[in-house]
Amino acid sequence: MKLQDYVSQKAIVPQLQSTERNEVIHELMDALVAAGVASAEVRDELISLIIEREEHGSTGFGKGVAVPHVKHESITKMAAAIGVSQKGVDFNALDKAPVFGVVLLLSPKDKPDEHLQAMEIIFGNLQKDTFRRFLRQASTVEDVVELIRDADAQQI
Amino acid sequence: MPTAQTDVVVLNRLGLHARPAMAFVDVANGFESDVRVHKGSQAVDGKSIMQMMILAATQGTELVIKADGPDADDALAALSQLFADRFNEEE
Repeated sequence: MKLQDYVSQKAIVPQLQSTERNEVIHELMDALVAAGVASAEVRDELISLIIEREEHGSTGFGKGVAVPHVKHESITKMAAAIGVSQKGVDFNALDKAPVFGVVLLLSPKDKPDEHLQAMEIIFGNLQKDTFRRFLRQASTVEDVVELIRDADAQQI
Repeated sequence: MPTAQTDVVVLNRLGLHARPAMAFVDVANGFESDVRVHKGSQAVDGKSIMQMMILAATQGTELVIKADGPDADDALAALSQLFADRFNEEE
């Protein structure tokens, strides 16, 4: 499995507007709805579930990245949005540092193994200093698309 | 410094997703010993949530936890209990 398999190009937001966690989750969900991978009818419900998940324990695991996520029955195919913030987002991260890269993952309810495989790919990349640096420097959709392509080709 | 290891199996249906992985890391960080988690030939730092997530340990996965330090045995007992309890998940 590769990042390209589930990161929707239309759901790449290279310049997140907000610096607030909940607003950023809204921005990324709107991108996923616009990309056609999540239905507008469940938008609000998914946002609530993702925020609730964050309240239980931040997915800002440190190093300036966060991976908010939710499993839901309306999702038939795994899909992720990627957001980049130039200013930094307060995600209540474990290391208390602002977050510059956000990967929001939507997973089907009944495919826990696929969810774990997607997380493996996401975290395998987010752990790399070069990946995080390039992500943070990205300012256009093309920058992020190129980064994903290079990451999938193991060229970073 | 004692080194100890124990075998565990992921019992909960959802596998070692973010919440149980975080629970594992929290418990591991309560001990002085170094904790490594092995899945086949792959080994990660059991005190790092980002590293634990790349294990992609699905239900049924067999893992080996190794602890190295003065409280290695206690660490292994606490960590293997998490697996036995299915990380407090219902299934």
